[in-house]
Amino acid sequence: MSLLRYYVAEARNGLLHEFQYRVTAFIGLIGFLIEPVVYLAVWRSVAIAQGGAVGDYGLSDLTGYYIAWSLVRAMNLALNPYAWEWRIRGGRLNEFLIRPVHPFHRDFAFFAGQKPIWIVMALPLAAIMWLTFRPDLSFSPFGLLAFSIAIWFAFTMRHMVLFLLGSVNFWTTRTSALFELNVALELMLSGRLVPMSLMPEWVQRVSNFLPFRWTFQFPIEAVIGRLDNTQILFGLGVQVAWILGLTLLIRLVWGRAIKRYTAVGG
Amino acid sequence: MAVEGATFDLRQGEIVGFLGPNGAGKTTTLKMLSGLLFPDSGVGEVLGHVPHKREPAFLKRIALVTGNRNALAWDLPALDSFLLLKALYDIPAADFTRRRDQYIDLLELGELVTKPVRNLSLGERMKVELAGALLHAPEVLFLDEPTLGLDVTMQKRLREFIREYNREYGSTVLLTSHYMADVVALSERVIVIHRGKLHYDGGLAGLTTRFTTFKTITVVGDGLPPDIDAWGEVVERFPDRVTLRVAPDQVGRVAAGLLATATIDDLTIEDPPIEDVIERVFAEAGEET
Repeated sequence: MSLLRYYVAEARNGLLHEFQYRVTAFIGLIGFLIEPVVYLAVWRSVAIAQGGAVGDYGLSDLTGYYIAWSLVRAMNLALNPYAWEWRIRGGRLNEFLIRPVHPFHRDFAFFAGQKPIWIVMALPLAAIMWLTFRPDLSFSPFGLLAFSIAIWFAFTMRHMVLFLLGSVNFWTTRTSALFELNVALELMLSGRLVPMSLMPEWVQRVSNFLPFRWTFQFPIEAVIGRLDNTQILFGLGVQVAWILGLTLLIRLVWGRAIKRYTAVGG
Repeated sequence: MAVEGATFDLRQGEIVGFLGPNGAGKTTTLKMLSGLLFPDSGVGEVLGHVPHKREPAFLKRIALVTGNRNALAWDLPALDSFLLLKALYDIPAADFTRRRDQYIDLLELGELVTKPVRNLSLGERMKVELAGALLHAPEVLFLDEPTLGLDVTMQKRLREFIREYNREYGSTVLLTSHYMADVVALSERVIVIHRGKLHYDGGLAGLTTRFTTFKTITVVGDGLPPDIDAWGEVVERFPDRVTLRVAPDQVGRVAAGLLATATIDDLTIEDPPIEDVIERVFAEAGEET
């Protein structure tokens, strides 16, 4: 099988699926976009009260950050690990296991196929934010190119992390606490809640060694011009290293996890 | 352990009924043979592959179809899922088109394949699911209750389709069903398991012979003898028709005797219904366990 051909076909189905539920997707997207607007409003207020900046983020930086945030968020949506609980408890994984392709690829391709719709819907909203706050930012071709690569790496990394978390369901289906912990860590250590440079020094150091900031803050900073070319290349290298490491981990975990599958029902 | 010590071979191109009461281990066996389950011990080999390794080369040659199968995308027309399966199984374009059209024709799918799967009835969904599962022409087909919940017309249609598929592609079919009509229509050989152990492996006719303790003789006529009770156990009696239950080795003697001593218009000898035979097989298997 040509994996590429399969990817195209699965992504097409993902796109068609999302198109079937375009109104739902749009409402979901608005929900997602309320989050950065709220963050932006709060941090702009704080910056204005402090004379125009919070830490090393000026008003334009903050605005650009949360506009890029909305695109990155739309881009790195991946399968919720709770779906794995449903799949495993209900035997719904059977239909994926019987296929001659690893379930990892199915979910990755399916969600990748949905990205164009999410991006197309996110762009006008990002434009509205841009026109409302008019940040004074300039973009370099290299930064834009790096962004377009980094958001795919970010999606890949996030998909892998959530895939691993979902795999925990093979051992126990009481995993909600673990998932909630992951959400909390991601909020705090990815730059989703607040740019990492506004966090305490030790939190920033810790975040460098975890995947979260490389799936969120790195692509944002790459595109809004806060990183020089060397830092961008380093960041892309870190993303690649994480993807390779997570690939090995998935192979290791999946090989053990699948032996525990009881294939009930389905 | 759901399955233990069930050893059997399947020959290429045969359709084998896989029988057992609820909880016997039929579905578990099918899932092990299709690679969904990792056995604690024992060896399974299908088409020269160890199923639980789930090698793509193996998975491309088999299909598992369950009565509650939901492998096609729920929100999309089946035709879209068929295109995905074409890519997934590397089906050459010409084969894909030919099989797709053939299955649409045989299963009378018509416009069903253009509607979102969620809008189809259970029977309609099962038909498009089966068509999708066979697009890659699997050499081994595991069918787990394929006619579950379907009306008799739909059941018959599916059976005919499976028979036709088996004939054209020479595929091996292992079939579980609680509808004995499925087994009788499709299988010459049956395997019976109970609590994970093999209890019978042989012809369907042999199953009846081995586990039947009686046959029924129905005689019709105006001059039936008053002492007909002496010929066998009367299970039904009307003025002009009597049904007797007779031990298999006595059938010839009783039939000949009745024909010689009474005025009979018609005489029918029948095996008990297959459901009764299977019930007896399961009961005996339960006693042995």
